[in-house]
Amino acid sequence: MATPWAGLLRLGSSLSLSCLALSALLLVRTADAAKNSEDVRCKCICPPYKDIPGHIYNRNISQKDCDCLHVVELMSVREPDIEAYCLRCECKYEERSSVTIKVTIIIYLSILGLLLLYMVYLTLVEPILKRRLFGHSQLIQSDDDVGDHQPFANAHDVLARSRSRANVLNKVEYAQQRWKLQVQEQRKSVFDRHVVLS
Amino acid sequence: MQNPEAAQETAADVAMPLSCEPKWPMLRKDPCGPRKTLVAELGVAHCVAAGTSFPPAPVFLWPPPSERLPIGVPLWIADRAGRRRSDRRVARGKLLLVDNWCRQPGTHYTMTNGGSINSSTHLLDLLDEPIPGVGTYDDFHTIDWVREKCKDRERHRRINSKKKESAWEMTKSLYDAWSGWLVVTLTGLASGALAGLIDIAADWMTDLKEGICFNALWYNHEQCCWGSSETTFEERDKCPQWKTWAELIIGQAEGPGSYIMNYIMYIFWALSFAFLAVSLVKVFAPYACGSGIPEIKTILSGFIIRGYLGKWTLMIKTITLVLAVASGLSLGKEGPLVHVACCCGNIFSYLFPKYSTNEAKKREVLSAASAAGVSVAFGAPIGGVLFSLEEVSYYFPLKTLWRSFFAALVAAFVLRSINPFGNSRLVLFYVEYHTPWYLFELFPFILLGVFGGLWGAFFIRANIAWCRRRKSTKFGKYPVLEVIIVAAITAVIAFPNPYTRLNTSELIRELFTDCGPLESSSLCDYRNDMNASKIVDDIPDRPAGVGVYSAIWQLCLALIFKIIMTVFTFGIKVPSGLFIPSMAIGAIAGRIVGIAVEQLAYYHHDWFIFKEWCEVGADCITPGLYAMVGAAACLGGVTRMTVSLVVIVFELTGGLEYIVPLMAAVMTSKWVGDAFGREGIYEAHIRLNGYPFLDAKEEFTHTTLAADVMRPRRNDPPLAVLTQDNMTVDDIENMINETSYNGFPVIMSKESQRLVGFALRRDLTIAIESARKKQEGIVGSSRVCFAQHTPSLPAESPRPLKLRSILDMSPFTVTDHTPMEIVVDIFRKLGLRQCLAPPWHYNKKRYPPSYGPDGKPRPRFGHVQLNPVDEEREEAEEEVHLLNSTTL
Repeated sequence: MATPWAGLLRLGSSLSLSCLALSALLLVRTADAAKNSEDVRCKCICPPYKDIPGHIYNRNISQKDCDCLHVVELMSVREPDIEAYCLRCECKYEERSSVTIKVTIIIYLSILGLLLLYMVYLTLVEPILKRRLFGHSQLIQSDDDVGDHQPFANAHDVLARSRSRANVLNKVEYAQQRWKLQVQEQRKSVFDRHVVLS
Repeated sequence: MQNPEAAQETAADVAMPLSCEPKWPMLRKDPCGPRKTLVAELGVAHCVAAGTSFPPAPVFLWPPPSERLPIGVPLWIADRAGRRRSDRRVARGKLLLVDNWCRQPGTHYTMTNGGSINSSTHLLDLLDEPIPGVGTYDDFHTIDWVREKCKDRERHRRINSKKKESAWEMTKSLYDAWSGWLVVTLTGLASGALAGLIDIAADWMTDLKEGICFNALWYNHEQCCWGSSETTFEERDKCPQWKTWAELIIGQAEGPGSYIMNYIMYIFWALSFAFLAVSLVKVFAPYACGSGIPEIKTILSGFIIRGYLGKWTLMIKTITLVLAVASGLSLGKEGPLVHVACCCGNIFSYLFPKYSTNEAKKREVLSAASAAGVSVAFGAPIGGVLFSLEEVSYYFPLKTLWRSFFAALVAAFVLRSINPFGNSRLVLFYVEYHTPWYLFELFPFILLGVFGGLWGAFFIRANIAWCRRRKSTKFGKYPVLEVIIVAAITAVIAFPNPYTRLNTSELIRELFTDCGPLESSSLCDYRNDMNASKIVDDIPDRPAGVGVYSAIWQLCLALIFKIIMTVFTFGIKVPSGLFIPSMAIGAIAGRIVGIAVEQLAYYHHDWFIFKEWCEVGADCITPGLYAMVGAAACLGGVTRMTVSLVVIVFELTGGLEYIVPLMAAVMTSKWVGDAFGREGIYEAHIRLNGYPFLDAKEEFTHTTLAADVMRPRRNDPPLAVLTQDNMTVDDIENMINETSYNGFPVIMSKESQRLVGFALRRDLTIAIESARKKQEGIVGSSRVCFAQHTPSLPAESPRPLKLRSILDMSPFTVTDHTPMEIVVDIFRKLGLRQCLAPPWHYNKKRYPPSYGPDGKPRPRFGHVQLNPVDEEREEAEEEVHLLNSTTL
């Protein structure tokens, strides 16, 4: 099972996942280090009181100064009411990391974009290319191969994995071909035969 | 500590060919006698005295009680007919191989009481090398827990024995010992990071339906107005930086034109997200659709679905989950997050040979991973561990509990440091209450529990009926179209109602939040006719204003809409979780009930129930708390979880004082739900799909015997058997090609019918194929020999193929008069793959019939059978399961 090639592939995917996790952690660290001055706020919500309407105050201020006296503009409030007014206000200190958000959205969109491109290639471009290059017959033949349920096909498959292959390009193509077959098989069991996930 | 090497020597000392003596001397250990030391070492506190389970035949003790029994020595127990069994006992519902008997390819212990050694028998065994692929499983097959656990113990013993040889081996054994913790750490890290990514991206894309942050495109609506000081008290989400689509396209922010423009853009984005999600799922990873929890439950119980936890599934599920949530469909991300975490666990387990080569060990990692998934989905690490224990896991030893705990901790920590919502919380709808509740409120809470149970029962029925339709009729052939239609209907109806237009998590947050003076939403539009000089925290019950009444109407409409749409949404071919919509339905209902009770208490404070607790001007009803209780009740009704659900919800609120109301509501909803149907939505989906899942909670109530369910039936033709040494390769290949059985019993010969062992079909095919490739002289007419001794062959015949290494020499057997409840229990608790019911031979005496005087079978341990059956019988687990699930 754990043949060198399959093992390498798996290793690669596991490593890339752990890289993702680590980079997420690192990202948080660096974001903390270079904390954007816009990334903290002290937000005070003051409900209506007597004739003063409700108001929201928002100030870019450090955590220790986050209280009504520092944030709320008390100019419009009469002197005797200040204390009562301030008691009603609720001030909250909040932090965010704009770098994390930015990087996450960019990573997400680029993966989505790549997948969409690949999807367009697989569904639209590749069939056309294949038809041009090989003609019609091969397409039909490759469809037939999938339904092969010989009991010994599995054994062939398992044993074939232990054989080593010549060059990298072949390996990549072999891996891609195998993946395609797997997806096709999955698609059949989910969408056509409805044996799983219905 | 026993020395394993010594054990092997002892074993070899007494090894003897099986075929040398037709009738075996009886070997037997007193189960609670000298072996107690051994049993204690394996962690069994209590030893089952099983003396009754074997025939009261002459019994020899081996080794003599004076000898110490080293670990690793197989203990054969032979019964009257000379067939051997390994002695397995069930203690406290868990499997324990008391004799600790394990095999590895190439080494076989056969034990007699003689202690003489036949050195020639091992000569050929040494030539055997492990064949790659033997011991693995086919797609859609179940694993053999017993075999896997044996394999792991054997591997562990090997590593331990090599440990002292060199520094390198020492490092390897350390790595091996730590790999369990390492793999859950990595899983926790990855699932926390992915959850952060999903949270941030889903929030951004959800808000993309409304508009865009003009000067920083990557911010969602809230982050866009983060630093803005232009927000007002009434319209606190409006700020000039955030542009709605109408503002951008037609340049006006108000009026019917802009409303229509926003409506169109909302539908456009919803449709395009849904279309992207379903086409990505269809092209790259069909297994990424759905919630994934039924399948993970099945996988954890020992089923193999290849590719279900692979890297493509992981990537596509992560990407499309964001799209599906953002498209506004009535679904949540919590269930799929469990699947995502399990994918991480599976991928990381490939880094560690301890887990990559052993399916049973891998399932321990997956249990921990599902805990991490719930931990990040709800910000509830302990709730995640309990969820894994209560809902998804099948085999959950203490070691896994600690690892789940750790994985949940790491995942929650990572998510917290990413801080995806900017509020230092792990979930959007975290709330904090400090108001007390009163005893009379238990009544509305229990009512909410009844509602939750009814909703759960209705939802399960309706959703299963709809899914069955999808599964069996033509309508299931258009998955993409279905998703688009559901998304279009959802978007068209959802937009006009402000409560359904919101992201479901935000809706839940709004419903959970109590009306303080700081709130400005229409849900909090109470008439403030009290004197206004009171302090903030202590707002008394107030009469509802116009805003509250209109909000209740909108909430009622939203409730109906959500109920209907959720039934049709769960099961479409995009990643879709059930937790959030269920919680939303419960929260809406709870909030409505809460407001009703509040108004009742306000207008009728002289009623005797309110009189004692609710004085005029006191704050006694918290509608937000009702919303929370309702959410828990509905979730409980659908999933039938109890403990984990209460813990998850109280971790969401951080208030221990609401445990009693939550418990009351969840328990009621479970009772009411169970009255209509015993299974939760996940079990219902497992049964709909026909996965082989033996539910540990279900009881087997039939009085059938193994003979009634085993194959072949009374009048059927016999199943296939292999004989020990007189079949050729061609014979076996023909048999494999003609039948579809997963394994074949191996008997001594057609005449003696004595069971030798069991060979799995996959192992057979792989072994034969590899022998044809690698060994010389193996042709179609070669004899296949499962025995230790090669039979004497004519000189010109081809070399025999020795396949003893793939033979399971201790197949589990029951008699055909074993009651089915015991058989089902054996399957459930030991995790067997198949169980043989061999004929019961008698050599000398006839025993009294196993039927009692009333014609009914004696319930237990009927080892005696009047009419010996001639053929070997085989039961596949699936068949037992079939009986179990279709007749219940």
